[in-house]
Amino acid sequence: MNAQGSRRVLAEFAYEVPPVERGYTGQTLYVNLSDNTIAARPVTDEMKEKFTGGRGFGLWLLWHGVRDNTKWNDPENEIVISSGPCGGTTQYPGSGKSLVVSISPLTDIPIDSNVGGHFGPLLKFAGWDALELQGKAERDVIVIVDGQNGRITVEEAPDVPVDTHLIGHWLIEQMAEKEEDRYFMSVVSSGQGAEHTRIGCLNFSFYDRRRKAPRFKQAGRGGIGTVLRDKRVKAIVVKSPPVRGDSNHPADPERIARAGMRLHKEIHDYDDQQNRMRRRGTSYLVGIMNDYDLLPVHNFRYGSHPDAVKIDGDVWQSRFSQGLPDGCWYGCTMACSHAVDGYTVRTGPYKGQKVIVDGPEYETIAGVGSNCGIFDPDDILEINFYCDTYGLDTISFGTLTAFVMECYEAGVLDKEKTGGLELRFGNAGAAIEMLHQMARGEGFGRIAGQGIRRMKEHFVREFGADPQFLQDIGMEAKGLEYSEYVSKESLAQQGGYGLTNKGPQHDEAWLIFMDMVSNLLPTFEDKAEALHYFPMFRTWFGLCGFCKLPWNDIVPPDNAYTDEPAKIPEHVRNYVELFSGVTGREITAEDLITMSERVYNFQRVFNIRLGKGLREHDAVPYRSQGPVTVEEYRSRAERYDKQLRELLGLDPEKMTTEEKVAALRKHREAQYQKLIDAVYERRGWTRNGVPTLETLKRLGIDYPEVVAVVQKHL
Amino acid sequence: MIRINNRDEMEWEEGLTVSVLLERMRFSFPHIIVTIDGKVVPRDEYETHLIPDGANVRVIHLIAGG
Repeated sequence: MNAQGSRRVLAEFAYEVPPVERGYTGQTLYVNLSDNTIAARPVTDEMKEKFTGGRGFGLWLLWHGVRDNTKWNDPENEIVISSGPCGGTTQYPGSGKSLVVSISPLTDIPIDSNVGGHFGPLLKFAGWDALELQGKAERDVIVIVDGQNGRITVEEAPDVPVDTHLIGHWLIEQMAEKEEDRYFMSVVSSGQGAEHTRIGCLNFSFYDRRRKAPRFKQAGRGGIGTVLRDKRVKAIVVKSPPVRGDSNHPADPERIARAGMRLHKEIHDYDDQQNRMRRRGTSYLVGIMNDYDLLPVHNFRYGSHPDAVKIDGDVWQSRFSQGLPDGCWYGCTMACSHAVDGYTVRTGPYKGQKVIVDGPEYETIAGVGSNCGIFDPDDILEINFYCDTYGLDTISFGTLTAFVMECYEAGVLDKEKTGGLELRFGNAGAAIEMLHQMARGEGFGRIAGQGIRRMKEHFVREFGADPQFLQDIGMEAKGLEYSEYVSKESLAQQGGYGLTNKGPQHDEAWLIFMDMVSNLLPTFEDKAEALHYFPMFRTWFGLCGFCKLPWNDIVPPDNAYTDEPAKIPEHVRNYVELFSGVTGREITAEDLITMSERVYNFQRVFNIRLGKGLREHDAVPYRSQGPVTVEEYRSRAERYDKQLRELLGLDPEKMTTEEKVAALRKHREAQYQKLIDAVYERRGWTRNGVPTLETLKRLGIDYPEVVAVVQKHL
Repeated sequence: MIRINNRDEMEWEEGLTVSVLLERMRFSFPHIIVTIDGKVVPRDEYETHLIPDGANVRVIHLIAGG
């Protein structure tokens, strides 16, 4: 294929690449695919002060781009990508993240998805604090941001492949004029699976100099890949000038360097004794979660399985190529983006190809592995590879496949209804075939690819399934599939999933150990405080361009002696230093929480504006709270009987299992409602989950259009 | 009898060390802080540090999750 011959420029925009000053370029890039408008828009001081960057910029731009009734596939829906003022820092590990925001095909409200790879920082160094993509192209296009030559183009690209492992390689090979260009290019793409499902992901590339190949990290959650393909975009490419240690032109490089040196030394000295992230990445969590009965097994029915040892961190350490600097941004010594090299694909259109499989991460292993009863590492690699290249979110795929498998075993589905797929737990072949069907838009895969919420409706309508049973076992909230932790024994984590803005993704709050194991949150007030602090703290990473992992997947040796060890106080101080060191804006650890509160509350109001975001939308499936079935209860009978005795004063000896299931359920559902009340109060919301005017004023986001949304509900 | 995390109870026995306690409880997570009657036990003493009868033991697990 000839690169230039297969591409035709539809729109072009020339610009002068501005210098980055204290982490900002001062402008965002707007591209409208419907009419091929390309424009530079200013970043105001108000944007920087109130919304910081990253997810904050994304939500602000999206708010102004859409109407109250905009749906995910309306032309005015946008995809906004932004890193944040600290994104692109090379002295501190985990400083190259991008945040993507769009209205989700799964939830019909804004989704935010955080991702590694080089795109966000390179976009900034190419001259743009954010990219705002709106409209729909008539035919497939690629969008090219060339910060080396100050040129933006929208180009027709009919012959360019769609699937990520092909298009990523192809574009980089065709567009790099010299070897060094590859280092400073990044491609955002999805795949053919995103075209026929609602669970499409975005792949963000980074060029691996040792492997001499692009690698990919995923903005997985919420179906943004589906939005990209609906806009007829095959890829977005950025080329930046070479990255240097001072590319952000920070206010005080010394402060950044000092914080970086401290963390580099910690990682060097203690990672091998702690989580071994440099050797196993997040896969270390598989064995840990299994030990604590938190690893999802068979659609979250159970929390452990004897075969988990076949897919735990030690197994992946032996499969990952060792000794390579697997960071997904320059300077990250945590280097946890591991890969399996030379994997030979066993099925589908790429059968026989030798490929690099990026990951698998913990969420993928637990989601497409244990949760589906699949304990063969090669099956997990096969699914991981195809999800990525087809542009499908491994978390949604894993959780919805587990749901399908339970429906199959419960008799809701059979071979006739699935077109011959025997989707029982452990049947990896059937799961893989369903994945290929999703990519082709065929058969039962097309139905499953709509996600659990829509499958539930379909199974009730077409197959006469019991809606209550499906509601209980379908692990979705707000329309988004759960990520991969069993939350039954942690009320705080039930809230950590249910009381989120975007849906049940653990990147807001992971409180299971604090609550269930360490018993640090015994009261509703304690839980509410944690469900205030941690979501705000973790939101801040996504405003600035940081990765969460270096915050607490390595800890200083004296952390145990601090007042609040769960917060890792030394690392919080590092972040304060980094932000002030880059932007020149002095902040405190308390300011960091307030910065997040502004964006978090704005997002809540955004949800309300789009017809969601109220108490009823924070409901969760009972499977996330307790045992749905008799079989589930009996599997942990000692634990549940004890709770009936000690918490409810009941005598389990005198009760049938059905009665015990019902009594426990009544108690746990009431506890969740009390938790909601406590959390809403702590967050400054009404009992219906609406931010009060006082809250909006305190945060300085009482803009007339924001106030108008909440006033309807006060 | 010893008390763990202000909630669970475990029979005490002669020679009970922190390491043995962690193994019995299946506390395999590496990011933990152990205190006995309010005093932090250094990690390199887990193998040898004896837990007295009637002790109030805290095994604080730091946050995990991706």
